[in-house]
Amino acid sequence: MTDPAPPLVRFEGVCKRFGETVAVDGVSLDIAKGEFFALLGPSGCGKTSLMRMLAGFEAPDTGRILLDGIDIAGLPPHLRPVHMMFQSYALFPHLNVARNIAFGLRRQRMPQAAIASRVEEMLALVRLEGLGGRRPDQLSGGQKQRVALARAIAPKPSILLLDEPMAALDRKLREETQLELMALQRRLGMTFMIVTHDQDEAMVVADRMAVMRAGRIEQVGAPREIYDHPANAYVAGFIGETNLLSEGDRWRAVRPEAMTLSTRPQEGARAGTIAEIAYFGDRTRYVVAAQNARLVVSRANVGAPLALSVGDAVWVSHAADAGALVSP
Amino acid sequence: MFNRASVALGLAFLYGPIVLLVIYSFNASRLVTVWAGFSTRWYGALAQDQQMLDAIWVTLRVGLISASLATVLGTLAAVGLVRSGRFPGRTLFGGMIYAPLVLPEVILGLSLLLLYVALDLPRGFWTLTLSHATVTLCYATVVIQARLASFDISLEEAARDLGCTPLGAFLAVTLPGIAPAVAAAWMLAFTLSLDDLVIASFTSGPGATTLPMRLYSQVRLGVNPEINAVSTLLIALVAVGVTAAWLIQRPRRTGP
Repeated sequence: MTDPAPPLVRFEGVCKRFGETVAVDGVSLDIAKGEFFALLGPSGCGKTSLMRMLAGFEAPDTGRILLDGIDIAGLPPHLRPVHMMFQSYALFPHLNVARNIAFGLRRQRMPQAAIASRVEEMLALVRLEGLGGRRPDQLSGGQKQRVALARAIAPKPSILLLDEPMAALDRKLREETQLELMALQRRLGMTFMIVTHDQDEAMVVADRMAVMRAGRIEQVGAPREIYDHPANAYVAGFIGETNLLSEGDRWRAVRPEAMTLSTRPQEGARAGTIAEIAYFGDRTRYVVAAQNARLVVSRANVGAPLALSVGDAVWVSHAADAGALVSP
Repeated sequence: MFNRASVALGLAFLYGPIVLLVIYSFNASRLVTVWAGFSTRWYGALAQDQQMLDAIWVTLRVGLISASLATVLGTLAAVGLVRSGRFPGRTLFGGMIYAPLVLPEVILGLSLLLLYVALDLPRGFWTLTLSHATVTLCYATVVIQARLASFDISLEEAARDLGCTPLGAFLAVTLPGIAPAVAAAWMLAFTLSLDDLVIASFTSGPGATTLPMRLYSQVRLGVNPEINAVSTLLIALVAVGVTAAWLIQRPRRTGP
C-alpha cells in the first residue's frame, strides 16, 4: 500500500458569514492534483464564496485552506498561484487580446520574448490565432470566453478556478465548450475547479463533484456515483430527476429511466393515469398521477411507440433493487 | 414652429449679451457701445497691457495647479465613496463632499479667508490655488464617482488575481477605465477656476490678481473695449474647456 497522493487543495472546517448570512458552514473538502472538480449547487449555496476564498478575495472566518499542504490564509490574491476565470470574463477593455493574455505573464516579470511566444501558444490553444490585435469589444461572446480562459491559463496556475464559465453562452455553444474544456484540461494536466448551478454541466465536465446546499456539502463523489447513489433526497432531486417512493421509514430514489410503464395491470405495480406527455426526440417523459404520488417515467424512443394519451390508465413499476435508499 | 421659436428665444436670452460682447470686442471705436467698424486693435492693445497679461498668467497657473490637485483628491474621494462599501459615516462623508456644490460661494470664500487668517498664512497665489482646489474638488468627485460606480469591479479583481497589488490593479486597469471621467473632471475644475471671482476676492492677495478680479476692478472704473477683447478670449477658453470635457466623457459607441 502506498500513501494516497496528498491533496492539492484542502478545505478544513471552513466557515464564512456575511453579516447575518452564513455563506459557508463548516466545509471540509480535498481536491486532488490534475482533477476536474465541480462545485454544484443552487445560487446562494456558498459555492462562489468557497471559490473566492481559494482565490483570496474573501478570508474564511474559521478553518483553514491549504494549497500543497501550506496554509494560504496570509497570501493576498496576487501572490497565490491560483487564477480565476470570471463569470463576466472581466477582459480589460483598453488592452487588446494579446495584451490581455500577457497581463499575468508581465506581472511575473517574464522576459519579453518568452511572453510573446507564450501568448502565441495560448492563442493557438484556444483557437484564436491571428486575433491577438483585436480589442475585447470586437469579439463574439464565445471568443471573449476563450480569451478569458487563455488569460487565466497563461501564467500556469496550480489550479484554475472557473466561475460559471458558460453561463453567458447559448446552449449549443455551451455544450461544445464543455467538451473543449474537458479536452483542454486533460491536455494541460492542470487542476480545474468549476463553480456551476447547472447539474448537467457539472456531470459532463467533472471527474468529481461536490453538491452544496445552504453552505454545506451534501455529497462528494464522481458524477455517476452521485447519480446512482445519492446520499439523500435533496441530492437525488437536485442531480437529475427522481421519484421518491416511501419504503418503510426511508425513501427509495428511482430515476425516471428505471421506471417501467405498462398499459396492463402488473404484479406490484402502481396504478395511475397519464397526466403529462413530453416528447424530447430521443425519449418521451410521462408524468403519471398515481395514488398520493406523482411519478415521472422516461422512456427511450426505440422500437414501437406506446400509443398513450393524457388520461389513459397505466401501471408503473420498477425493479425491487432499482435506485437507492435515501434518508429524507 | 412654436418649439423652435421658444428655443430661439431661450438661446437669445442666454447668449444675446455674450454675442454682443464678442461683437463689440471687434469694434474700432473707443466708445464701447458705438459701432465704428471692424477692428482687432483692442486685441493688439491687450497684448501690450502688462497688467492684464500678468492677470491672465496668474489665472492660468492657478487653474492648472488647482485643477490637478482637485482631480487627484477627487479621484481618491470617489474611490473611497464607491469602493469602501459601508463604513461608519459614509453617508455623512458622501453628503459633505457635495455640500460645497450648494453652499453660497461667499460663505465658502469667507470661511477660507478666516482659516488663512487663523493660520496666519499670507494671502496670495498659494492660498488662492488651495481655495480653488477645495471648491472644485466636489465637482471633480461627482464626475469621477459616477463613472467609478458603473465600473465593473471584477476587472480590478481579475488584475489582482493575475498578480497586481491593489494599487497596481487600480493603476493598470481602473484608472485607464475611468480616464475619460478623470480628464473631464480636470477640465471642469480648470474651467471653474478660470471664471471664479468670489472665492478669489476673499482668498487672493497682492501680486496674485486673477483675470476676473482685474476685469471686475477695471469695469468699476469704466468699461474699455479692451475688456471686451479679454472677455471674449476668456469665453473662448471656457467654451473649449467645457466642450472638451463633454467630448471626453460622452459615451462612445462600442464596436460590433
